Amino acid sequence: MKPVKRKPTRPIVKKPVKHDTRQTRTAGGNFVDKLHAYRDHHAHALFSSLGRLVATPFTSIMTIAVLAISIALASGFYIMVINVQQLTANLESSNQISLFLKDDVTDEEAADLAGNIRKNPSVQTVKVISKEQALTEFKTYSGFGAAINLLEKNPLPIVLQVLPKNALQDKQELDSLFKTVEKFDEVDYAQIDMQWVERLHSIVEVARCATTLFSVMIGIGILFIIGNTIRLELHNRRDEVMIAKLVGATNSFIQRPFLYTGFWIGFISGVSAWFIDAILMLILRQPVEKLSGLYEGELHLIFLSFTETIELLIISSLLGVISSWAVLLVQLRHTRPE
Amino acid sequence: MLKFDNVSKRYPETGDVLHNVSFHLQQGEIAFLTGHSGAGKTTLLKLIAVMERCTRGEIFLDSQCLSHVKERQLPFLRRKMGFIYQDYKLLADRTVFDNVALPLAIAGFGHLEIKRRVRASLDKVGLLGKERKFPQALSGGEQQRVGIARAVVNKPPLIVADEPTGNLDPELSAEIMLLFEQFQQVGVTVLIASHDISLISQMNHRVLKLDHGQLVL
Repeated sequence: MKPVKRKPTRPIVKKPVKHDTRQTRTAGGNFVDKLHAYRDHHAHALFSSLGRLVATPFTSIMTIAVLAISIALASGFYIMVINVQQLTANLESSNQISLFLKDDVTDEEAADLAGNIRKNPSVQTVKVISKEQALTEFKTYSGFGAAINLLEKNPLPIVLQVLPKNALQDKQELDSLFKTVEKFDEVDYAQIDMQWVERLHSIVEVARCATTLFSVMIGIGILFIIGNTIRLELHNRRDEVMIAKLVGATNSFIQRPFLYTGFWIGFISGVSAWFIDAILMLILRQPVEKLSGLYEGELHLIFLSFTETIELLIISSLLGVISSWAVLLVQLRHTRPE
Repeated sequence: MLKFDNVSKRYPETGDVLHNVSFHLQQGEIAFLTGHSGAGKTTLLKLIAVMERCTRGEIFLDSQCLSHVKERQLPFLRRKMGFIYQDYKLLADRTVFDNVALPLAIAGFGHLEIKRRVRASLDKVGLLGKERKFPQALSGGEQQRVGIARAVVNKPPLIVADEPTGNLDPELSAEIMLLFEQFQQVGVTVLIASHDISLISQMNHRVLKLDHGQLVL
């Protein structure tokens, strides 16, 4: 029998079925549409969370200022350590022997002695610093210029700076060279600049270790500060969270704007910390350049490199996201609709 | 559609709030849930929304058992229901449009589809010109209709209303009830908790009466 096409007699029941399929098709079927909706939602969460921070400037600035100063402290210590490390690296390469000559040695005798020492195969160069040169240098950098002018006679000795070949690699060679040059009659006092370099090196090592510990402590502090900020934000928006839960929001949907808030707080604090460090460096530049003169221009202030800047921003943003995530994980579980 | 099978709910502090409640709502049926205050109406609604779990018995939505649904599955289950509240539960800092769009955004609808559906939904409740207003700028009846628009925008097969006319005058209440009947006509199941006896008696629908946690006929 041929099936007869009939108008449905019970449209009341048929309609919702049609509704339901349409819903499934749009909400779950078309992958590209869904992907676009997902991307739109993320973009919306990203910018609306920034908008919320801007909408409450006082609270945001207070939080971000605390974080920025903390991060600037930690990264500032880091910058200090890399600068001192650079300084000691320079010093290591110039493990020179300083020979302070007796007062009655003339410039000619000193030049002869320098010539002698130069013949030694383990010596790279010998530099003669005359009494006058030493005095000028001392006047320029010590700050005692006026006092020295009062002296009748130059108290400074002639100094020979002996720079050995392969400075630190062979300590024994250095020792034997030291013993050889120490025995010259003209030499009053000889000194290897290595011991204090080694000491300085271990001090820097301690400082580096301390900076790491300090940064970890600050990082933990930041986790708590951001976590608490997010907790307060969650509390303020409790109604919204409840309603979203009641209309079927998953925890990840509810979390998203808060995670972005954490990201923004961390990121903006990182950027601010960079600027704080940069300002500190600008203030420090002049005194350091003056100091650099003492080391014959070998010392240059170094700041965070491009990679280190990116790392700073990534770490501070990550701290924001991680602490928000941890707080939300605990808090959302306890937030039940009423 | 919605089936209660010997459901009991006991709170440690107050004892049994619901006792052996059984009923079955068919698809496209309207029912009133009534009873004196403290009879267990709110608890029953909370069980449907799985805000609470029943102590004994089973609740089924379609063929899905609500008593054992996992926490992770809850959001997807709640998308099959539209809830309407006496206090509207609208977001004060969002426009009417954004309030109604919330369930769609949550379900992952695209921008254009959201716009289309929200407008259709607001048209249905007669608020099409007020999308950009904030809830506080609307009257109580209008806010309730925004709540209704939000409940139905996702086209859920079940609508649950908790005292939807509690704050409204009789004329507005009647209007709201007419809306529910329109939803019923397209096959939506509607459960309305109310103690407005005169309103209930005006309308010829099934009545579930709770008395001290038990269903009386």
